[in-house]
Amino acid sequence: MNSLFTPLSWSDSGLILTGVWNTVIISVVAIVVGTVLGLIIGFARSESNKMVNALFGSVLDVLRSVPLIIQLILFSTFVGAMGSPLAPFVAGSIVLSLYTMAFMSEVFRSGFESVSPSMQIAARSLGMTKWQTIYHIRLPIGLRAVFPSWLGVSLSVIKDSALVSVIGYMELLRTSEQLISRTQQPLEILIGVGIFYFIISYPLSHYGRYVERKMAI
Amino acid sequence: MDYEFHWNIVFQNMPELLNGAFVTLHVSVLAMLLGVVIAILLAIAKMNNSKPFCYVATVWVEIARNTPALFQIYMAYFGLGAFGIHLSPYVAVLSALVFINAGYLTETFRGGFQSIPTTQYSASKSLGMTSIQAYRYIILPQMLRRIYHPMTNQFVWSILMSSLGILVGMSELSGTTQRLQSLSFRTLEFFIVAAVMYFIITKLVLFSSSLLARRLFKGEI
Repeated sequence: MNSLFTPLSWSDSGLILTGVWNTVIISVVAIVVGTVLGLIIGFARSESNKMVNALFGSVLDVLRSVPLIIQLILFSTFVGAMGSPLAPFVAGSIVLSLYTMAFMSEVFRSGFESVSPSMQIAARSLGMTKWQTIYHIRLPIGLRAVFPSWLGVSLSVIKDSALVSVIGYMELLRTSEQLISRTQQPLEILIGVGIFYFIISYPLSHYGRYVERKMAI
Repeated sequence: MDYEFHWNIVFQNMPELLNGAFVTLHVSVLAMLLGVVIAILLAIAKMNNSKPFCYVATVWVEIARNTPALFQIYMAYFGLGAFGIHLSPYVAVLSALVFINAGYLTETFRGGFQSIPTTQYSASKSLGMTSIQAYRYIILPQMLRRIYHPMTNQFVWSILMSSLGILVGMSELSGTTQRLQSLSFRTLEFFIVAAVMYFIITKLVLFSSSLLARRLFKGEI
């Protein structure tokens, strides 16, 4: 008797690998763009006065206080309603990058503010220009201090990239969902997906904690 | 721009949206309470040296921390079906959130407990306190102060993550929004209102938590 469902087979590996690749690529894009923008905004926030800082902060706060899934749906419907629909990958990368930026800017701001003012004064008194101080003193020290937090945010972005599936991007979890509806083998497929995320996230999170411990002493 | 906004239909459906918001709050409060209870047990298990309990706690924590929330929800909703366990969307989302909250809070509790020097315990014993008194008056108040902010963040996080209920057909705020927009095709309007409501809920929670902190810790935070 022919069953309505076909079991999981080796010919599905191409589809799964596409899903893996799509998850990796959108996470990398979001982390890179989010880090660059976050670095710029975080630096601007640590430089600017209280008023500008609060203004920046409240705008970024919206990105952090609205669920990512709502942001994704809103953005992709919005550009669609404006008459220029974007591909799921583009829309997803834009939203995910901005979301990452909101967290990264906070991370980098705290990093820049952790560099003590007396160290900057010392650098200036040694004859460094303002930009030399930034480049040789504030950037390296500030960035090193926040490396574990940066890693933590990046890992959560990899995990949050699963949500881009709601606007139709074929990342790993959506691929697996489609396979589940065809094969009716949810457990095997989901465990495989879980192992994939775990393999990426587990070593890196341990490395982050190791670095944090090493720096604490 | 040739999109016309029609807000009327959203306001007509406001009671249903508010009802959805209530379910969101409801599920996140419940997930937080259960998560805290389990996390306390897991933290004790992790700090104890009894091997089997320690393994269970470690595996729980690592899985919860290193896999996406959406994966946990799918696991609860689709995955458990393989064992003949069919959860309703509400229970599936709730159990996934409890699982993750417990995982994250275990580390928070353990870190908070270990940040109190053991000499404090010895000092209170030497002052003639019983060990219950030492925990009640010396260790726990200090620990609460340190884990209060991480706990608030975790609560906000679970409010935001309960929005994933949209994908398994749960009728919390985003699920209700999804259903209403599919009836009326006013997608933008409904989701804008949902976003505003999430923002307000988050801000209210943070505001009341800082009020409570001021009352609890009397400005010594």
